[in-house]
Amino acid sequence: MSLNNNYTELKNICKQIRKDIITMIYHAGSGHPGGSLSLVEIMVALYFGGILNYKPDKPDWSDRDRLVLSKGHAAPVLYAVLAKAGYFPQEDLNSLRKIDSYLQGHPHNLSTPGVEVPTGSLGQGLSIAHGIALGLRVLKNKARVFAIVGDGELEEGSIWETAMSAGYYRSGNLTAIIDYNHLQIDGNLNEVKSPEPITDKFAAFNWQVVEVDGHDLPQLLDELSKPINHDQKPKAIIAHTVKGKGISFMENVVDWHGVAPNQEQYQKAMEELNG
Amino acid sequence: MDKDILEKINNPKLSYPRVAYGKTLVELGQQNDKIVVVDADLAKSTKTAYFQEKFPHRFFDMGISEADMVTTAAGISSCGFTVFASTFSIFLTGRAWEQIRNTVAYGNFNVKLVATHAGITVGPDGASHQALEDIALISAIPNMKIMAGGDYLSTVNLVKLIAEQKGPFYLRLPRCKAVELYSDTDKFHLGGSQQLSSGNDITIISYGLMLQRSLSAAQELNKQGIKARVIDMYSIKPFDYDAVLSAAGETKGIVVAEEHTIKGGLGSQIATFLSQHQPTKIKYVSMKDEFGRSGEPQELLDHYQLTSNSIVEKSLEIIND
Repeated sequence: MSLNNNYTELKNICKQIRKDIITMIYHAGSGHPGGSLSLVEIMVALYFGGILNYKPDKPDWSDRDRLVLSKGHAAPVLYAVLAKAGYFPQEDLNSLRKIDSYLQGHPHNLSTPGVEVPTGSLGQGLSIAHGIALGLRVLKNKARVFAIVGDGELEEGSIWETAMSAGYYRSGNLTAIIDYNHLQIDGNLNEVKSPEPITDKFAAFNWQVVEVDGHDLPQLLDELSKPINHDQKPKAIIAHTVKGKGISFMENVVDWHGVAPNQEQYQKAMEELNG
Repeated sequence: MDKDILEKINNPKLSYPRVAYGKTLVELGQQNDKIVVVDADLAKSTKTAYFQEKFPHRFFDMGISEADMVTTAAGISSCGFTVFASTFSIFLTGRAWEQIRNTVAYGNFNVKLVATHAGITVGPDGASHQALEDIALISAIPNMKIMAGGDYLSTVNLVKLIAEQKGPFYLRLPRCKAVELYSDTDKFHLGGSQQLSSGNDITIISYGLMLQRSLSAAQELNKQGIKARVIDMYSIKPFDYDAVLSAAGETKGIVVAEEHTIKGGLGSQIATFLSQHQPTKIKYVSMKDEFGRSGEPQELLDHYQLTSNSIVEKSLEIIND
């Protein structure tokens, strides 16, 4: 895809994706709105800003770039973006989490077109993504691999096993995007178990580390479109985000990690997004 | 008993199943450039080092990080590779269990988990290194299939078999040398078994290093005029349902002999199956609900009563019941 610099259009897509997320979770009666909303600009930049190469009509296309949603509980934003991209009909989004739906509560590659690997158990996706990066290296395939990692997920030890592996193997085709929204289920990261200093940690594991505003589309596109060197350091992009971004009463409120809005809250959220 | 098998156990030739694994990997690697191997700092022990030496660009040592090794293997396989991932059984099936469940099996990736050093015969390293729960742990996961190498040639065949089959497998291998039981013409298949000795009085079902003691037990029973059928259940999940049903129908009962805890091993699974289809007397020669300890492999087998005498006693208990 060509780089899409039409920010007005991308912003409109972001608004639509947010509506899809809230509507899906409202109909499901459960799910994770906060960490889905914090990822909207990142996912829209990747899928509609000309960063990822993909073919929705050919999900197994061998030269596609791969995206692994390591923080699998943000499945709603992934599904909304995949539907928008054309992997499956948008009207199916509201079957999320229902019996017989192909949209499982957490991503599952065998259930949903466009989903590369199963995630949901934190700490595994980054490692799978690095495996893909190594597999592409053996194939001499120049595709890129992106892993979206939660900030709280950095508390999983397996993340740092992979950080060490990818740094050691100089897997420059791997980019990890850290959704730094500062909240996890039990509270603020600083009150639970802060993973700071995140930049220093990744740098110490031989990663290149950059920081961006995770809701600033021009900044995101600028960073994501920079050429990579396939046998150099992997890159960690620390994206500063707001949990629940875009819906006033959800922003920075930890309780919106994993609950669905009631009817009143749903209507208020949709009014805000339509406003 | 068949003269050929008597000769094999009375004048045993010993060899390492894990060497068979390493050498077969090299053979597969020469035939197929879509074979990739990963290990977790035990390549010299698991014998994946043979592959590493020949195909350094298709080998990744993930260091001492078994969880990372397993999920990395899944990622590599998603690029169209058949990936063999090896370490000791306890670290592979224990440490990385949830990676196996939630990534390898749930995603149905083409990953072959081949563990060496399974069972009590790990020996002097002691309980921390003796995987006695691996069959139970992996059997409980949907999509996972399980095989066990009983000697050199069966391991060669099983490694080739799992490489040909799509999807995730667990292959269990011992540390120690095993008595050579098979010949070049023996065939192995998913859900199959090998009858090593024929008989209609009692059936002994086993796999791995306990095959040797099972055959010795059959020889002892034979001296008492009791014909024991000995089955190598090298395919553990799925196991050979027909062979088990035949054994239940044609002999007086079944003794299952395995280097594994009684809780959730092959014995448990055969019992679950037969209780629903053909209730049969079953006795178990397996590890009780306890940890192992240091000692030489044969001493440990004797200490925990994983012996041919135990198999004989359990057989007689069924026959005389």
